[in-house]
Amino acid sequence: MSLKRTAFFDRHVHAGGKMVAFAGFEMPVQYTPGIVEEHRCVRERVGVFDVSHMGEVEVAGADALAFVQNITINDASKLTPGRVQYSAMCYPDGGIVDDLLVYRMADRFMLVINAANTAKDIAWMQENVRGDVVLTDKSDATSLLAVQGPHALATLKKLTPTDLEPLQYYHWMHATIAGVPMLISRTGYTGELGYELYFPSDAATGSTVWEALMQAGKEFGIAPIGLGARDTLRLEMGFCLYGNDIDATTNPLEAGLGWITRLGKGAFIGRDAIRSMKEDGPKRKLVGFTVNDRAFPRHGYPIQIAGVDTGHVTSGTFSPTIEKGIGMGYVPADHATVGAGIEVMIRTKPVAATIVPLPFVKK
Amino acid sequence: MNLPQNLKYTKEHEWITIDGAVGLVGITDHAQGELGDVVFVELPAAGKVVKQGESFGTIEAVKAVSDLYAPVSGTITEVNGALNATPELVNKEPYGAGWMVKITLSNPDEVKGLMDAAAYQAMIGK
Repeated sequence: MSLKRTAFFDRHVHAGGKMVAFAGFEMPVQYTPGIVEEHRCVRERVGVFDVSHMGEVEVAGADALAFVQNITINDASKLTPGRVQYSAMCYPDGGIVDDLLVYRMADRFMLVINAANTAKDIAWMQENVRGDVVLTDKSDATSLLAVQGPHALATLKKLTPTDLEPLQYYHWMHATIAGVPMLISRTGYTGELGYELYFPSDAATGSTVWEALMQAGKEFGIAPIGLGARDTLRLEMGFCLYGNDIDATTNPLEAGLGWITRLGKGAFIGRDAIRSMKEDGPKRKLVGFTVNDRAFPRHGYPIQIAGVDTGHVTSGTFSPTIEKGIGMGYVPADHATVGAGIEVMIRTKPVAATIVPLPFVKK
Repeated sequence: MNLPQNLKYTKEHEWITIDGAVGLVGITDHAQGELGDVVFVELPAAGKVVKQGESFGTIEAVKAVSDLYAPVSGTITEVNGALNATPELVNKEPYGAGWMVKITLSNPDEVKGLMDAAAYQAMIGK
């Protein structure tokens, strides 16, 4: 299977992007400055991420709300047009199909899903269509850029007559940016002030928006940011990554996603399993930890308590902000308390780690 | 990419330069580029005896960790202590201040089996 390219492929190569295969796309893992510098660029200035590989599915029809309510765990009936909601889809056993963003339009929804799951998710959605529901895969037709960092608003303001100031966190609006009509939401995966821009995926439009952002952000030190820094930024915030921290074998309660699980909203796929788990209490919990040594936890390393394997590291890295090893992983629920000690098997050596509150970096 | 002609190379991307009975060892420019930002280098204490091809330490980048392999057999007589505080020297000066260990060779014949710059370049396809 050949890899797909986004509308920004040439821009990435031109900017020194190191292109790697990711979820069926050729994407930049980093540019010339490297992950640490790109990470700091977003924390201190402003960065642009090409996340066009993400999937977008439009849900229309008279039964669109009922469909979204049934297939997701958060309460989409609370959404008014212009709002966005973090949610997840579950299997009947409570395992997670994917986590996603739900955008509410006047007469329809847009679901934004993980690139690696696009085909699986759409098949799952099709399987669960009831009544008048029209699903349209807009993934290939949509470019998505995330503009994130303390100077994100100042950068975008230079490119639009639309007043972006009133746009609240987890809200969206239509705006014309760099002359291109688009959907913009105040969302992101970094913990910084940030926006996500959805617009047509043709090369000319992509080129216009990319160049305009780079030009407008120049005075703030804007730079393109790769997948490597995207991962370190989201992990510092304790945000889950599907395929690492959550998957079909984990459920929302143990993953710390109880806050998006609305058991009282009415029937939905996975509700019964999640409810009974809630009654019994989850057996394990996803926790964040820091390593008390100059060693770095990595995905897959075993977690031990008193010398016994209890799970594994689901995400781990060096944190450029706190300059130590940070990670997340599942531990038995009775051990999942802040301050408790665990050991991470870093290669053959058990290294002491301490459970800490999430996020690792307070914003 | 920087590839000094006077060094010998391993297929694991270490370089070595020999001065008398002592070899100076580091990783190549290509290797540091592939690893990305180096944030920690774990090296053994001086005095450790290593065999050719054996792991003598690890190098942690933000994205990944890799082993360091001894290009030759011998005794490690010195390690680059500067890497403790400034591991990024491996990225900035892989053939200079980013060196890792000095090894007193126990079997100098092993050097003949290492690659020269042209062979290493061919191997990495650059």
